[in-house]
Amino acid sequence: MSPEMISAMRQSIVEGAPERAAELAREALRNGIAPLDAIDAGYVPGMTEVGDQFAKRKMFLPDMLASAEAMKAAMDVLTPELERHGGQRPRAGTVVLGTTKGDIHEIGKTLVGTLLVANGFEVHDLGVDVSSDKFAAKVREVQADVLGISALLTTTMQGQKSVIETLSREGLRSKVKVIVGGAPVTRRWADEIGADGYGKDAVSAVELVKELVK
Amino acid sequence: MRPKFELLDPELIGRILNEAFLVLEKHGAKVGDSEALELLRAAGAKADHGTAFVPRTLVEKCLRSVPKEFFLYDRGGNAAVHYGGDHVHFDPGSSCLNILDAQTEQPRPASSADLIRLVQVTEGMPEYAAQSTAMVCNDIPAEMGDWYRLLLVLWYSAKPIVTGAFSARTLRIMLELLATDSGGFDRLRQRPRAVFDVCPSPPLNWSEFASRNLIELARNGVPAEMIPMPLAGATAPVTLAGAIVQHAAESLAGITIHQLAKPGSPLVWGGAPAIFDMSTGNTPMGAIETAMLNIGCAQVGKFLGLPTHGYLVASDGRQIDAQAGAESATSAVLGALAGINMISGAGMLDFLACHSIEKLVIDAEAIASAQRLLAGVRGRAGSLAFETLERAGSAANFLQLAETRTLFREEQHFPSAVTDRSGDSGAPGVLSRARARVDELVSAYEPTDIPGHVRQALANIAELALKGSGIVQLPGIEFAQPAV
Repeated sequence: MSPEMISAMRQSIVEGAPERAAELAREALRNGIAPLDAIDAGYVPGMTEVGDQFAKRKMFLPDMLASAEAMKAAMDVLTPELERHGGQRPRAGTVVLGTTKGDIHEIGKTLVGTLLVANGFEVHDLGVDVSSDKFAAKVREVQADVLGISALLTTTMQGQKSVIETLSREGLRSKVKVIVGGAPVTRRWADEIGADGYGKDAVSAVELVKELVK
Repeated sequence: MRPKFELLDPELIGRILNEAFLVLEKHGAKVGDSEALELLRAAGAKADHGTAFVPRTLVEKCLRSVPKEFFLYDRGGNAAVHYGGDHVHFDPGSSCLNILDAQTEQPRPASSADLIRLVQVTEGMPEYAAQSTAMVCNDIPAEMGDWYRLLLVLWYSAKPIVTGAFSARTLRIMLELLATDSGGFDRLRQRPRAVFDVCPSPPLNWSEFASRNLIELARNGVPAEMIPMPLAGATAPVTLAGAIVQHAAESLAGITIHQLAKPGSPLVWGGAPAIFDMSTGNTPMGAIETAMLNIGCAQVGKFLGLPTHGYLVASDGRQIDAQAGAESATSAVLGALAGINMISGAGMLDFLACHSIEKLVIDAEAIASAQRLLAGVRGRAGSLAFETLERAGSAANFLQLAETRTLFREEQHFPSAVTDRSGDSGAPGVLSRARARVDELVSAYEPTDIPGHVRQALANIAELALKGSGIVQLPGIEFAQPAV
């Protein structure tokens, strides 16, 4: 792959340009470039740069979402080709996400999901107002590495504890790492209910998940 | 003149309201309660799959029946909070889960003992016209958290109360407690002691519980305070003007449901709008844009001639420091100048997750300053200075003039010892001064004068509501049984 091509791919992610990212992916395939090379050399470094810029407060959440969208557009083009050759992008891990029973707030959790997908994770987003049983069933079904439970309200935060209790009862607790997040959630709360981690925002949640699946 | 701060010019307010009406008519609002939907439909709104499309004429008709003003009353039956016009009152922030421990300076889960202490401190500070059900008490099961904390506030306070219910069932218990305290449901309607916060979910969703809540409060004649909380950029348009439009549309939908249930029932145009921080995903309550949203939303309500509320005087840091002081004081002053009737949020830290009683007494200093500012500069009759200068003479004896002695109390506000003006190099830091003030207020607290039979009736309601919960002792509720 030419340095120009690599740079253009990276740039399409940094700029958050889905159409450009997809167009470059199609061009790469036409030129016989291996999908995995395009991903690893072209697009992933773009996402890494976005993360760095975000940490420096040079880029912000809307920029990051646009970059994740561009990443997804490129992957949509490359994945079928990758699979046709019997390969697949090494999955970083499988994550189940959802907001606790009675809570209908989804921004935080959706943001975490989008960023995890952009970072190569397989994400199963159960949405909002999710019961403990539903969380447990999904964890079992997809053999999740990590379960992320979100809650925005002080009242629904208690639901995070119930989910962990249900996982224990179902014999799943030792098989999955549990992380909690949401506006009222603190590290202390996470420790108190026996969670494996707490992310104070979407970006730190992604870092936490990467750390937990190592 | 009374100093005043306005953020929106009349033309922009007109555009905001026009768009809010358009949003309700064309985009619609979700309404969860089936009776609320039916009320809207019967009055001429279109309803489709839980979404109501409300014509402007209907909203305007409902706006006309909202009382322009009403009062909240203290336990003695005195009008203590005046909702309407440019009257300004403050109350502590509400419903946080943590309290900043005064000794360790670390947040920990709040308990009923913390709430009682906060109520006792608030009781002694004239800066707070009302109490709030300020904390979610960790030692009380969640399903009874809302009514139990109201019981505690009623038990320990004589002031009006800003509160809110977590469910339709517990709302009933809360209304019973209030009616018992007031001497019956009729008396509660005539002289309401409390206002209930009711929160739609952004964007434009009056959930089943929230819309049910509006109907119940309207029919009981207990004031409802609508608290839309658009988060600009996350659950609402990113522009401040756009978020204010959404706030207005959510409020207008609530007003329509509420007034259709019972025309003429008292209601407040309130809110807790905030920006969404694009670098952290948090909702900073101390941000200047959050203050601007609250003031802009209130200004739209005032334009409609409605009682208003806003969420200010909170800070986002986790400690009592310069940031907490700066953010809280700035918004206290701006909110007061904007003439918002009830300003909630004092005492709060950490994005409304943590209360601090010490911060509450520090915020009272900012509030007192804001209240002094509102009193303005008085242009007294006669000479302003000439005659005084003549009287003071060449020796400049201003301090000894009779008028100095008569007028200085009106001209100057005297802060508590929380504000350090001692000039003493060894003066303790602000946290120590605040701790001392809290201790002083708790020591000076005198139990509310509630007749024994009323206390007994309140406790009976609590015991009945607790049946089957496994709780036998009522935390914080102790009293001598009345002699039989």
